[in-house]
Amino acid sequence: MLKIENLVVSYGPINALKGISLEVAQGEIVTLIGSNGAGKSTTLSAVTGLARAQSGSIRFLGEDITNAPPHRIISRGISISPEGREVFPALTVHENLRMGAYTRKDKEGIQSAYDRVYGLFPRLKERMEQVAGTLSGGEQQMLAIGRALMCEPKLLLLDEPSMGLAPNLVTMIFGLIESINRQGTTILLIEQNANMALSIANRAYVLETGRIAFSGDARTLLQDDRVRSAYLGTRGAESRKG
Amino acid sequence: MQTLLGAIINGLALGMAYALIAVGYSMVFGVLRLINFSHGSVYAFGAYMVYFFVSLKVGLFPAILIAIVLSGLLALTIVKLALEPLRKKKSIPIATLITTIGMSFIIQNVLSIDYIFGSEKHGFPSLNLFAPIVIGNITIQSSQIIMLVVAVVLLLVLTYVVQKTKIGLAMRAIQQNSRAANMVGVNVNFVISFTFFIGGACAAIAGALIAGYYGIISPTMGSTIGLKAFAAAVVGGIGMLHGAVVGGLVVGVAECLAAQYLGSNVRDPMAFVILILILIIKPTGFFGKKGITKV
Repeated sequence: MLKIENLVVSYGPINALKGISLEVAQGEIVTLIGSNGAGKSTTLSAVTGLARAQSGSIRFLGEDITNAPPHRIISRGISISPEGREVFPALTVHENLRMGAYTRKDKEGIQSAYDRVYGLFPRLKERMEQVAGTLSGGEQQMLAIGRALMCEPKLLLLDEPSMGLAPNLVTMIFGLIESINRQGTTILLIEQNANMALSIANRAYVLETGRIAFSGDARTLLQDDRVRSAYLGTRGAESRKG
Repeated sequence: MQTLLGAIINGLALGMAYALIAVGYSMVFGVLRLINFSHGSVYAFGAYMVYFFVSLKVGLFPAILIAIVLSGLLALTIVKLALEPLRKKKSIPIATLITTIGMSFIIQNVLSIDYIFGSEKHGFPSLNLFAPIVIGNITIQSSQIIMLVVAVVLLLVLTYVVQKTKIGLAMRAIQQNSRAANMVGVNVNFVISFTFFIGGACAAIAGALIAGYYGIISPTMGSTIGLKAFAAAVVGGIGMLHGAVVGGLVVGVAECLAAQYLGSNVRDPMAFVILILILIIKPTGFFGKKGITKV
């Protein structure tokens, strides 16, 4: 479904991505793990058209979308729930969701998308007319995911959905991610909580300073010594990088 | 008492026209975080286009309509020619600001070229389309009534556009988080262009209204009024539509009262006296909120 080949992205003189290749197949949950600055968010920014690729290609459903403008990419069926949520603080919950469907013109489709999102997140329905800036962190995260679902994406990109949330909320959000996937949305997930991410993903890629260090089946990586020591914090004094 | 009432009515009419210019500053600031100092010249350009097409005998209303479209297109040209390339290069904000000042001088000077309109003043067709209304000692010119009514209607339409339409929602979203707006698929450049077009069109209408009230135009007519309207936008809280209206009214009424009681020399400085006072007392303006800078 999504195929990235030899992608290079730089910010000025710094190469954030030094030629990565990865693939996401229809129906999968794929996770990208790695420490801060490894290039996880940059990968997603490049896929959504927000960061410029110097070289390499990004193909989605067979079409080349490398460096296409974001609104074109979204209409093709890729949307993102960004790191730090980035909801519109002075718009109401409902208006935020409307923004998620910005590229759509079909009234009934938008209505059924509202129903789906409010069904997944009843809390958002209760707060429909509340401005997003007054929501709690967990609610804002739900809103960011809900907003991304409003365009009924074929591929949903999730950037750090558990960041800053209480453990019970993290469990809940991950449960919802799984059910969104079961409803037919393919998911590319970035997580610092590698343990959680690997436990719900089919496959995983491990990024280290702009390169893919290794990749494989998520269950296998969960047992892999290199992954366990670097990202799962299960070995002695080595702590997971925040 | 009667002179007081007269000055207030004067001020309200003029203030609404200022508000019409001020919303241009305010909306552009909303989507771009930029003070567009070319706005005053677009206002002057609008008045000149009305003057020009009236002289071609197309009639006053068609002339105003053409002027509205042309001024909107001029504002659009400024964005495409000068501001978008700078944004693409991610140049520093002050460069963009200075560019808008430069554009303002270019427009002003093109208007004053001898073969075009010349630097001298021209008479402008009066907008006193019906008999003045006399209540006691107070005379209200029909051009003032027209100014007030047209401005109120337009500002209501603008409020509707910003609050209730999809593009208005996109404008507010960009104002709050332009990165996220981009992310959900808003074509930010299109919305910016749209905003400039609307701002330019409103400035042209204000140009026709104010020139029709004073009966005179000159190439520099936009500089003082442009700055006054900018002051009005800041006084009300820049980025807020209703702020621009209240700011415009405050400036309009204050300067008419000053002209009435302190002498006409005091008229023009009033806007800036209020601006300075507001910046000392409440720097965000009447309705402005403290900006939250996101990382």
